Amino acid sequence: METPRIRAYAFGFIASVLLTVIPFGLVMASRFPRIGVVAGIAAAGTLQVLVHLRCFLAVRTLSDARWNILFLILTALIIILFVGGSIWIMHDLNYRMM
Amino acid sequence: MNTITGPASSTEKPFNYDSAANREFGFWLYIMSDLVLFAVLFATFVVFGRAYAGGPGPRQLFSLPYVFAETLLLVLSSAVYGIASSGSRANRISAVMAGLGPAFLLGLGFIFMEAREFYQLIVGGNGPARSAFLSAYFTIVGTHGVHVLFGLIFMAVMMGQVLSKGLTAMVASRLKRLGMFWHFLDIVWIGIFSFVYLVQVA
Amino acid sequence: MGAVGGSLLAGLVILGLITYHRKWPYLWREWITTCDHKRIGMMYIILALVMLVRGLSDAIMMRLQQALATGGSMGYLTPDHFNQIFSAHGSIMIIFMAMPFLVGLMNIVVPPQIGSRDVAFPFMNAVSFWLTAAGTMLVMASLGIGEFSKAGWSGYTSLTEKQFSPDTGVDYWIWAFQIAGVGSTLSSVNFLATIFKMRAPGMTFMRMPMFTWTSLFTSVLMLFAFPVLTAALLLLTLDRYLGMHFFSNDLGGNMMMYVNLFWTWGHPEVYIVVLPAFGVFSEVTSTFSGKRLFGYRSMVYATAAITVVSFAVWLHHFFTMGASPPVNIFFGIATMLISIPTGVKIYNWLFTMYRGRIRFTTPMYWTVGFLMTFSIGGMSGVLLASPPANYVVHNSLFVIAHFHNVLIAGTLFGFLAGYSYWFPKAIGFKLDEKWGKLAFWCWLTGFYMAFMPLYVLGFMGMPRRMHHFTNAVWHPWLILAAIGTAVIVAGVFCLGIQLVVSIRNRKINKDITGDPWDGRTLEWSVSSPPPEYNFAHIPVVNDLDAFTDMKERGTAYVRHERYFDILLPANSASGPLIGLLAFMLGFGMTWYIWWLAIAGVMGIIIVMIMRMSDDNTERVVTADEIGTIERKRHEMIASARNNEQPLRILP
Repeated sequence: METPRIRAYAFGFIASVLLTVIPFGLVMASRFPRIGVVAGIAAAGTLQVLVHLRCFLAVRTLSDARWNILFLILTALIIILFVGGSIWIMHDLNYRMM
Repeated sequence: MNTITGPASSTEKPFNYDSAANREFGFWLYIMSDLVLFAVLFATFVVFGRAYAGGPGPRQLFSLPYVFAETLLLVLSSAVYGIASSGSRANRISAVMAGLGPAFLLGLGFIFMEAREFYQLIVGGNGPARSAFLSAYFTIVGTHGVHVLFGLIFMAVMMGQVLSKGLTAMVASRLKRLGMFWHFLDIVWIGIFSFVYLVQVA
Repeated sequence: MGAVGGSLLAGLVILGLITYHRKWPYLWREWITTCDHKRIGMMYIILALVMLVRGLSDAIMMRLQQALATGGSMGYLTPDHFNQIFSAHGSIMIIFMAMPFLVGLMNIVVPPQIGSRDVAFPFMNAVSFWLTAAGTMLVMASLGIGEFSKAGWSGYTSLTEKQFSPDTGVDYWIWAFQIAGVGSTLSSVNFLATIFKMRAPGMTFMRMPMFTWTSLFTSVLMLFAFPVLTAALLLLTLDRYLGMHFFSNDLGGNMMMYVNLFWTWGHPEVYIVVLPAFGVFSEVTSTFSGKRLFGYRSMVYATAAITVVSFAVWLHHFFTMGASPPVNIFFGIATMLISIPTGVKIYNWLFTMYRGRIRFTTPMYWTVGFLMTFSIGGMSGVLLASPPANYVVHNSLFVIAHFHNVLIAGTLFGFLAGYSYWFPKAIGFKLDEKWGKLAFWCWLTGFYMAFMPLYVLGFMGMPRRMHHFTNAVWHPWLILAAIGTAVIVAGVFCLGIQLVVSIRNRKINKDITGDPWDGRTLEWSVSSPPPEYNFAHIPVVNDLDAFTDMKERGTAYVRHERYFDILLPANSASGPLIGLLAFMLGFGMTWYIWWLAIAGVMGIIIVMIMRMSDDNTERVVTADEIGTIERKRHEMIASARNNEQPLRILP
């Protein structure tokens, strides 16, 4: 019981460091096209979030944690709606007025 | 501990208010609402992301190596907390303290680095009142920092509780909740270093 | 000044009476330090009813002003005072009347409805209440110490920036909202955990009563919407206190972002206040029609749809701020879509009544009044949802008429129905029916007289929040509206008299069995008022309308042979203490008394740490005590069988 979890933390740490080095490296090398860099940052970031969820927070598709996962997904959807909606609205308003 | 005493009959279910599982679920819900708060601060940062007001922007102000160091401190702190989590599950106080102590110090280091970053910006005339961009930057990074600070207070209290009460069921439950908090703060930081620092400088 | 004097006098009288009757120990032990959801719920509702009176007095002053201030007259209020009044009216009615009322009803009703002994976090429940009370005290303090905000309940920037509102008003408003908002967020966590984790065995989700379902969805709305308000107010606070530039006119600020964020919260908020009312109507319709709710499943899905869509419509509050057609159309269509699940609900209530054996009690009166009147408000909402139509009537009295239409006929009628429906459960005797019905007729007639003219005025082009005007054509409608307001006030008097008469007649109207209405849900299976622990034995649920099912099976009033010790939350002074510290924080920040504010924050942190380190937060009710209580209850039920209260139970 104990060793698998310690392994998970160790793996999570190494993966996180790697997934941090990559985006920093992409930006600091400053020789890649911006679109690629931004995509790389987003991808690495998303992956690292998943690594954290899986290795540190032990979020699996357990029946026990069913409601936790439901709320996590709901929160993600709400965030996409609020953030996406706000950016769309403000961008549109700014384009027409500022 | 928090159930009615006596045998459960066929119509009886141990009544469990305030139990550890309920508290952990409730704390998770609170974290979800906190994520929405951070998301709004993110959206605000994106909206004001170019509002330099004629002043300096991210390229002039942010030092990526510095942020990289901050990130390593926080990730390491999260990983090291895992030692405390495992120790709590295995009922070993020494392991818990061996995890909490370093996690605390690493978190404290993160706060010092961030405070220094803020201080240098402010004395350089680039405080949050300089432009909307800087207002948004200071607010999102600062809110995250305040959360880390509260996490450190929580951690210090927990070190005290582990030493004075031992690893009771409630103490273990609180360690679990602190762990949730701490790991989610690291997740928010991933968003911050990706979209507040890196994307802006790229 | 009259308001301050009156409030202080009333407060002193109450404090004096308590002291004279030596009731402080009782009050401290049974109410102030309680963690019992039933008591906390009652305190919430008392707060709401008091603030209803305060909010109504603001309304009376406004209607009077507008009825007088024409043809060169400036009325009797200065423009500054008028601005404070409409700002206070909205702020109080939404945050300090509607929110406490609905949280109070949820507190009293949800745990017994799901067969639970308390909410998931009883102490946090108390903290939520005292935070709301702290916010209320900040608003009341602004009556005499300083001024309240003049910038409307929505606090639009740049007006609320320090440059244009330098006095204490906006700060009072910010801190009152912020502190009460934290209380609401904590309540949402509490009720979600309670409903998800503490249902009685056998109560699957699709066997939950509708009020519990609406409480669940309301809590989801609160959980996700309130953080946005917290963030918006935080940004405004940073602008005002630290000179930041989120919403300023210069250095990159964008005042439209505030409007966007405020309504991202603001729209879910109005669904937060109306969904519990819908839940009440479901309970009342099915109970007093003597049948199961029609289309239960569709009701649940419709409420879920309303919840989801209500997160995606907020721009309809600012169609005219200047977004392009694609943006406006998206939000316009989304807004119109919400009327569909709402319509489903209305049809379900109607079909529940159809071919039912209807008993026209006071709660049923409120319900029928709601069904007719709310529908009009809903339709005016669909009109407003169309961007081109909105451009014509935006910021006119049409909007005021619409939202009062849905808020009064929906939210308030629902809460008043819930108040009369569950009063016997909470207090132990029924409310007087005659005065209740009279109150209803005054409210209904008063509402139509006060607000239908506003629809007309909106179409005539009268803007909202006007201190004075010169268009003589508007005047007769405003006079009619003022008379309507007076009729509503008569309705409030009727409610007051109802309370007095009911207390006087309490022995006649006593609820002996705990089931005065032949109810269908579990809260009616316990005594009125319920024992502290609600259920001596947690019931097992086999069907929707669990109590009706138990009555039909004959398991409704089974005597148990033995009882077990029960653990209940101990009282705690930390709840009211946190409220006091929060008030210190808000007051200190408003008046720039920094040491007071810091003391408030540090105090809250210290109290929380102490609470977290406290291992003695429960107390035991022994099996013997429970046995005594339950024996008495069974004796009362037996006597009711022999006496006047007709029970529809099977022996």
